[in-house]
Amino acid sequence: MEILRVEGVNKSFGGLRALNDVNFSVEEGTVQAIIGPNGAGKSTFLNCLIGRLVPDTGSVMFGDISLTGMKPYEINQIGISRVFQTPEIFGDLTLMENIMIPALAKRDGEFKLHAFADVGKDTEVRDKALHMLEDVGLVEKKDMVADSLSRGDKRRLELAMCLSQDPKLLLLDEPTAGMSRADTNNTIDLLKRIGDRGITKVVIEHDMHVVFSLADKVTVLAQGAIIAEGKPEDIKGDPRVQEAYLGGAHL
Amino acid sequence: MFGLNKKDTSLFFLVLLLVVLAPFLLNPFPEGSELAQFNAGYPDLMQRFLIFGIFAIGFNILFGLTGYLSFGHAAFLGVGSYAGVWMMKLLTMNVIPAIFMSVVFAGLFSLLVGYISLRRSGIYFSILTLAFAQMSFSLAYSVLTPITNGETGLQLALDDPRILGVSSENGAIPAANFFGIPMRESFELSMGGWLFTFNAGYYLCAVVMMIAFYVAIRIFRSPFGMMLRAVKSNQQRMNFTGLNSRPYTLAAFVISGMYAGLAGGLMVAMDPLAGAERMQWTASGEVVLMTILGGAGTLIGPVLGAGFIKYCENIFSKINDNILYDWFAALPQGLADFLVFVIHPFIGKGWHLTLGIMFMLIVIFLPGGIMEGVERIGRLFKRKSSKDENSTARPKAAPAE
Repeated sequence: MEILRVEGVNKSFGGLRALNDVNFSVEEGTVQAIIGPNGAGKSTFLNCLIGRLVPDTGSVMFGDISLTGMKPYEINQIGISRVFQTPEIFGDLTLMENIMIPALAKRDGEFKLHAFADVGKDTEVRDKALHMLEDVGLVEKKDMVADSLSRGDKRRLELAMCLSQDPKLLLLDEPTAGMSRADTNNTIDLLKRIGDRGITKVVIEHDMHVVFSLADKVTVLAQGAIIAEGKPEDIKGDPRVQEAYLGGAHL
Repeated sequence: MFGLNKKDTSLFFLVLLLVVLAPFLLNPFPEGSELAQFNAGYPDLMQRFLIFGIFAIGFNILFGLTGYLSFGHAAFLGVGSYAGVWMMKLLTMNVIPAIFMSVVFAGLFSLLVGYISLRRSGIYFSILTLAFAQMSFSLAYSVLTPITNGETGLQLALDDPRILGVSSENGAIPAANFFGIPMRESFELSMGGWLFTFNAGYYLCAVVMMIAFYVAIRIFRSPFGMMLRAVKSNQQRMNFTGLNSRPYTLAAFVISGMYAGLAGGLMVAMDPLAGAERMQWTASGEVVLMTILGGAGTLIGPVLGAGFIKYCENIFSKINDNILYDWFAALPQGLADFLVFVIHPFIGKGWHLTLGIMFMLIVIFLPGGIMEGVERIGRLFKRKSSKDENSTARPKAAPAE
C-alpha cells in the first residue's frame, strides 16, 4: 500500500527551478532513499513534504490526506516526523525533557493548557522517554543538557525524539553526515533495528554505503528532476546515474 | 506538599517565612540610630516589595520561560489599576472585587495585545508591545480622559455611587478595606529601641503574593511550563514536533498580563488612585530590569530583583549630603569633603547611577542574575562540606568534538 504519493510537484525560487515535475511514491513499511548531487533539490523536496515549503504546483498525499497547505505541526500530528541535517533539538533542556516534549505532543495534541499537572509525576511519559533513551544508548546521560552532547549523540537524540512519537513516516535528512565510520555503522544498525517496527522511512543520503545497506528502493534526483528509480543494485549500474551523480566515475 | 516536590516545598516555606517575618527582618536597626534610614520595614515600602514581586513573577512566566521580551507590561498594570479604582467608585470599598476585576480587565487587554504582538518574535515583538503600551499611556492622557481622568489621575470622590457600600462615611471617603479591616490599619510593636509595624494591607499583599508564587511554581513544573521552555529553546523543532507554539505563547502572555493586573489591583487596594504614569515605558523597563537582575527563568529571582530595585529607589534616594557629613563627622574636614564629593553622584537623585552600576556588574559577572550568585555561593559551601564532589544536576560538559 502506498503511504505517500507526490504528483507533479514544482517549486521555483526566483528564476531557479528547484523541483521540476517530481512524481514519487513510497510503499508502506519500506525504506526509500533519495540520492543526488549537491543542489539537486533533495532538501527542497523534503521541505515540501513537511510543510516548511509550499510547492508551487502539484499534490502531496499522505494516505488520503492532502499535505499541501497544512502547517508543520499539523503534518507532524498525522504521523510524519523528520530528522534534520543539522540536529534540531532543544539545546538548553535535558535529554529527558527533549524526549518528553515530543511524547507529550503525541499524547496531548498540538496545544493543551495543562498548567497544573506535574510533569515530574507523569510516569507514562517519563517511562516512554527513558525507554527511548535506552534504545539509542543515551540513558546514562539523561540529565545532561542536550547542547553538551557530541554531534553524533545529538543526531541519536533527535532520532529518539522522532521515534518517541511512533510516526507512520520518518523522514531523515542525511542522518550520517559528518559522522565517523564507526558512528555511521552504529546509526545504520540503529535505523535497521527501528525498521523492524514497521516505520516507513525516506532517507536522503550522500553516503552510498548507507544507502545500499538500508534502502529497499532508490530515487535519483538531479537538477530538480527524477532521473532514475529502482532497486539499489540496478541504480548502481545505471550509466545516467553515474554520469549525473559521480561525473562519470565508477562506483 | 500541595502537589509540590520536596525542593519546591522548602522554597515555598522559606519565602513564606521571610514574608511573614519581613517587618522584623527589614528593620534591623533601632529607631533613632544612625543606620535607621536603612530600615525598609515600613508598610508602604514592604507593600511595594510584594506588589512588584508579583509583577516580576508574572513577567518571568513570559520572559523567563518563553524568552519573549515584552516592553509593554506596565500597560496591563495600569489597566488593572484603573479597573480597580472604578470598582471602588462604583461598587464597594472592599478590595476583593477591585483586585478581581483588575485581573480580569488586564487579562482581556493582554489577550488583545498578545494576539496581535505574538505574530512576530524577537525585537519586533518587543517593539509591538512597546507601541501598545505607549499608545495606552497617551490615550489615557487624551481620548480616554473620561475613564482615566487624565493628568490628575483617577481618584475616589465623595459622590461616587458605591452601590454595595456607602458613598461617604462621616463626610469622608470610606477607607479601602478587606471585609471591614482597613488596609491602612497597623499594629506597632515597640521593643527596646526597635519599632516594628505590622500592617493589614501588607499581610493582604503577602497572602496574595504567596498564592501567586504557588501558581507560578506549579506552572514552572507543569507540562505547559515545559512547552514554554521549548519555545525559548527551539521553536522550529517545536513546530516540527507537532506543537503549535502560538497558543502556548499567547497563554503565557495572558497569564503574565493577569499577574500585572493583579499587581495593579493591589496597588489600588493599598492606595486608591491610579495615574497614567504607571503605564509609561520606564515602568515597563523596570520590570525587565527586576527580572534580569534577579535571574530570568528562576522561581524566586524576579522577587529578589524587585526587592533590590525598590530598596535602592526608596533608600538610596533618601540619603543626602547632610547625612553623609553626619557619617563622616569624625574625619578631618578636607577628607570628609572629598568623600562626600565622590559619593554625592550615587545618592539622592543619583540613585539611578548606583542601580545602573549594580545592574551592569551583575549582568557582566553574573549573567544569571542574583540567583546565579546565590547558586555559586551554595556550590562553594557544598564543595567545602563534602570533598567527594558529586556531579551536579546539570553537568555542562564540553562537547566531545
